[in-house]
Amino acid sequence: MVLVYINSTTGLSKAALETVTYGKKLGGDVTVITNGSASNEQLAQLGEYGATKVVVDRSVDGEDPQQLARLVAAVADQVAASTVIFSHDIYGKAVAPRLSVRMNAGLVAGAIAIPEADGTIKVNVFSGKAVGYVKVASEKRIISLLPNSIQPEKTGSACSVEETSGLAGTSAINVLETKKPEGSIPLPEAELVVSAGRGLKGPENWGMIEELATALGAATACSRPVADIGWRPHHEHVGQTGVAIRPNLYIAVGISGAIQHLAGVNGSKVIVVVNTDKEAPFFKAADYGVVGDAFEVIPRLVEAVKRFKATQH
Amino acid sequence: MNILVCISKAPDTTSKIAFTNNSTQFDENGVQYIVNPYDEWYALVRALELKESIGGNVTIITVGTTTDESIIRKALAIGADEAVRIDADPKDAYFVAMQISSYAKAKGFDIVLTGKETINYNGSQVGGMIAEAMDLPFVSLATKLDVNGTKLTLEREIVGGVQVVEVQTPAVISCAKGMAEQRIPNMRGIMAARTKPLTVIPAEAVADLSSYVSYSIPNAKSSVKMIDPSNMDELVELLHNEAKVI
Ligand SMILES: Cc1cc2nc3c(=O)[nH]c(=O)nc-3n(C[C@H](O)[C@H](O)[C@H](O)COP(=O)(O)OP(=O)(O)OC[C@H]3O[C@@H](n4cnc5c(N)ncnc54)[C@H](O)[C@@H]3O)c2cc1C
Repeated sequence: MVLVYINSTTGLSKAALETVTYGKKLGGDVTVITNGSASNEQLAQLGEYGATKVVVDRSVDGEDPQQLARLVAAVADQVAASTVIFSHDIYGKAVAPRLSVRMNAGLVAGAIAIPEADGTIKVNVFSGKAVGYVKVASEKRIISLLPNSIQPEKTGSACSVEETSGLAGTSAINVLETKKPEGSIPLPEAELVVSAGRGLKGPENWGMIEELATALGAATACSRPVADIGWRPHHEHVGQTGVAIRPNLYIAVGISGAIQHLAGVNGSKVIVVVNTDKEAPFFKAADYGVVGDAFEVIPRLVEAVKRFKATQH
Repeated sequence: MNILVCISKAPDTTSKIAFTNNSTQFDENGVQYIVNPYDEWYALVRALELKESIGGNVTIITVGTTTDESIIRKALAIGADEAVRIDADPKDAYFVAMQISSYAKAKGFDIVLTGKETINYNGSQVGGMIAEAMDLPFVSLATKLDVNGTKLTLEREIVGGVQVVEVQTPAVISCAKGMAEQRIPNMRGIMAARTKPLTVIPAEAVADLSSYVSYSIPNAKSSVKMIDPSNMDELVELLHNEAKVI
């Protein structure tokens, strides 16, 4: 039996659909355990992605990983789960390690594919510079799946939803305030990312980057020095010491392509590089390159994207 | 305030990543090890700042062999008071977490800090595992940490934003960017580090839950297609029809 934990406090995220799809691909019945306030109708839709049933605890806000670990472990026991799946997002990173100790189950952190024929599972290591094949020695296993590693697939129809409570104990974490910028796309989940570096000269020049991102429906990111000097918020910093991402499209503007930067983005399916310097190392990692001044190229690209989008409707 | 900071070694970020022994082992040939940046820049420096403002003691701990003493001395030079090395090859996160939690349980620390992940295995596992083994609350990806008696106020990263939370000590915290600024050790620190206490303790036996059986290096990109900077319609067309990403 496969158990999948998803966080549904803000609805069904793409990461949630990916994990349920992953569970389905492992074969057998898939139970989903979740917390939060999503409606039964919404949760039942997980059946379309392979869930056999959904169990929800609406009394748990999901802010305390210790509570979530108790909840998931209890349900894993109830359904005799041998595999528990998380997304390798903030929940997976906080809860899966706890659960590993609690269930005495080997943790495969940051899986990027379904298990190989020999049972090993591919994970990203060395900040994306290599992949490792992990073998689990214990009877039970926990897998946290790197966002954007597989595509959600609809294979079935709506499933049943059950409520549960009283399994999670009390929360040790008191939330005072939550700050979420409106309308922005969370970087790790984004399929399209527009990123810029020191080549943009100053924070006042990010307007065209944001415009390009909006035209494409992309998230924005930046290189480390740009976040360090405060031109952009820290959570946009990608690379070896920032967020590691693997979007379908990564557009890098005015970024030289230092090894530490590449480490966090070289899992991207397609990379476009815009740089004035034709020797910039980033071109070696790129699929499409534009040698040119961002201040001329990007406004042109924004117009081209808008023209393209207009033909799509 | 008694703070334990977990330190891991990591290959220098410019290291060439290669594998030996039929791709089953990381090739350490010519690799320089550094203190994992998240552990050093954020966890350790914030621990030192707290000690400087409210008093207390900062212990660093690593699971490693004698070759790892250079990273321990570096952390002591930055300002930690004492160091503990659990003498074993850090096989995997679970092994490391079991060793550290067993030490920490016996000592009664107020706060256990880790970096958010190592830059080699990127697992983000050790902090959560230590917390579970010690049955303590865990706040991950913290970007701010303030102490008020036994109450910790933290800012942490959440999907698409940040959150301010409170938790009581003792607690385990994983530290991310924003928590502190990197400190470069000065000569006095480096000299003092030589005489600070370093305790070496034997490892406990722990069953393996998982292991890396092999590695591979992803294929390099084939050559880049250059686009005329005045023709962005062509780029959009290629992204749509050839790459199929928009
Ligand atoms: C331990 C360690 C960890 C690190 N981790 C990270 C990390 O996680 N992420 C990260 O990004 N970096 C990281 N770095 C830093 C990294 O080494 C580089 O310094 C950094 O990525 C460079 O940022 P940049 O490309 O924005 O700036 P630069 O290297 O200054 O490059 C700017 C680029 O813009 C181009 N340019 C200038 N003007 C224009 C224009 N008008 N139009 C178009 N292009 C223009 C230039 O040709 C140049 O290529 C790390 C370094 C260390 C030592």
